Amino acid sequence: MTIVFEKTKGLTDVQTHYCPGCTHGIVHRLVGEVLVELGVLDKAIGVAPVGCSVFAYNYFNCDMQQAAHGRAPAVATGIKRVHPDNFVFTYQGDGDLASIGTAEIVHAAHRGEKISTIFINNAIYGMTGGQMAPTTLIGQKATTAPLGRTEEHSGRPIKVSEMLATIHGAAFVERVAVNNPANIRKAKKAIKECFQIQLEGKGFGIVEVLSTCPTNWGLTAPEAMKWLEENMMPYYPLGNYRRPEEVE
Amino acid sequence: MTKVLMKGNEAIGAAAIQAGCKYFFGYPITPQSELPEYMSRELPKVGGVFLQAESEVAAINMVYGAAGAGARVMTSSSSPGMALKQEGISYIAGAELPCLLVNIMRGGPGLGSIQPSQTDYFQATRGGGNGDYRMVVFAPANVQELVDLIIEGFDLADQYRNPVMVLGDGMIGQMMEPVEFKTPTKRDLPEKDWATVGTGDKRKPNIINSLYIAAEDLEAHNIRLQAKYKKMQETECRVESYNIEDADVVIAAYGTTSRIAKTAIAKLEKEGYKVGLIRPITLWPYPFDEFKKINPNCKGILTVEMNNGQMIDDVKIAVEGKFPVSFYGRSGGMVPTPDAIIEHVKKIYGGDK
Repeated sequence: MTIVFEKTKGLTDVQTHYCPGCTHGIVHRLVGEVLVELGVLDKAIGVAPVGCSVFAYNYFNCDMQQAAHGRAPAVATGIKRVHPDNFVFTYQGDGDLASIGTAEIVHAAHRGEKISTIFINNAIYGMTGGQMAPTTLIGQKATTAPLGRTEEHSGRPIKVSEMLATIHGAAFVERVAVNNPANIRKAKKAIKECFQIQLEGKGFGIVEVLSTCPTNWGLTAPEAMKWLEENMMPYYPLGNYRRPEEVE
Repeated sequence: MTKVLMKGNEAIGAAAIQAGCKYFFGYPITPQSELPEYMSRELPKVGGVFLQAESEVAAINMVYGAAGAGARVMTSSSSPGMALKQEGISYIAGAELPCLLVNIMRGGPGLGSIQPSQTDYFQATRGGGNGDYRMVVFAPANVQELVDLIIEGFDLADQYRNPVMVLGDGMIGQMMEPVEFKTPTKRDLPEKDWATVGTGDKRKPNIINSLYIAAEDLEAHNIRLQAKYKKMQETECRVESYNIEDADVVIAAYGTTSRIAKTAIAKLEKEGYKVGLIRPITLWPYPFDEFKKINPNCKGILTVEMNNGQMIDDVKIAVEGKFPVSFYGRSGGMVPTPDAIIEHVKKIYGGDK
């Protein structure tokens, strides 16, 4: 019998702690598959900071470092400068990367640090229980924005890919979503291209993944996918924001 | 090897490179900036990397990453910058990573001043970051000792898988003195088989981590850490003392302040006073036992610091109420004079002899 699909060796064989309907699982699989397909699993070192993905060290089947909230790009910088021939990636959420860790991500990009970042944007703080993130949409309710986010009080949600695309050292910036099989395939292609940028020594790369958080959005898994399509995708347009041809 | 004249901050860099440190992550701040400047010049020559981080917070996290990846690595800063590094230091202690930290202290609180000070005693010895952790804190009193302790500090860090701090004041960092770079005694250091260097498809993944979500796991981790700290207390405590078995008054002072105390003691001896000195070289572990050797008829202990009284807490713990403990300190970058120390010693005597 021919095996048409099997679990990637890029992930360990354990059950994850992620909630039902959460898209972290899909993104983990894509990252694991790409690490294997590029043949870098044995030289990969991943960094997962505080947030829902803090336990990622139990899931990715490669050397891992757990990092302080927002600091993964700095930790990854330390690793990459010591081992320039290894493959180094960070896996960060939006509370982590777009709030407490803005300095670290901007300056890793600014230095053209040869690391790759997977950025999960689900418009909310998941791990701490649904507080407002910098990426929370206008009108979206959160436990610290019980009446919904207003522009007057909290500003408009931050667009990380657009911002990082203005930085010369960011060689690859793309926003993807994992809401349907077609987009999942596109997401995998983007992750692969992003990782290859690092292997070719071309600079910093990031893939922003629009993701769901059914638990903290108060929606079922199918409702959450629909909410992402109707609310997040219009505000956070998918697409490539920067690739090496555009880097002078 | 011959002696060379070097500024404290630059001597730290030279000693670190001699100790095999190849990675330095830092951020400019007075009065320690000569050190990152020196490293930016010298590390590339030995195939190392100097990186100026975007902040002290980023710098210490780069140290975390590099240490977790098995490198000999260091960072340095001065008081307000060291405050910013505390988050990372706590993670480094929790994840049991070896690295060397240098704090060239200046006056505080807040932005304070850029003048020499000893205001970070509490921060260094009580764990400035969150959680129950400890680290060896060296307090060198001259540039030669600074160099020796830097070299040894890296070995201690590797031996215990723990951060080691060298705590100097602005004066130690800025002064020039002749130094000799001696080859340290070889220690049997453990292999860094825990480091994240890629599995090479030969072993299970290594994980650098300070998170233990189950209470019983975290307690077990803490018990292991405390056992390690106990071993450090038993074997790594260092102190210099002078004439304490025979003294009427004993001065407790460290770093630059201990040198001023020595000048005061020499003058007092000429006038017939019997004054001893306890100079802790490690501020943690603190040399509590040394105080047990003090002359039982001693009239009192004078703690001298360039702050408003921090080490005095440890002195009081050490003497267990057997002697009165008094304090003389200057702060804000002011430096105690030998004459002022002499006056305070005479007060303990009950006036001029």
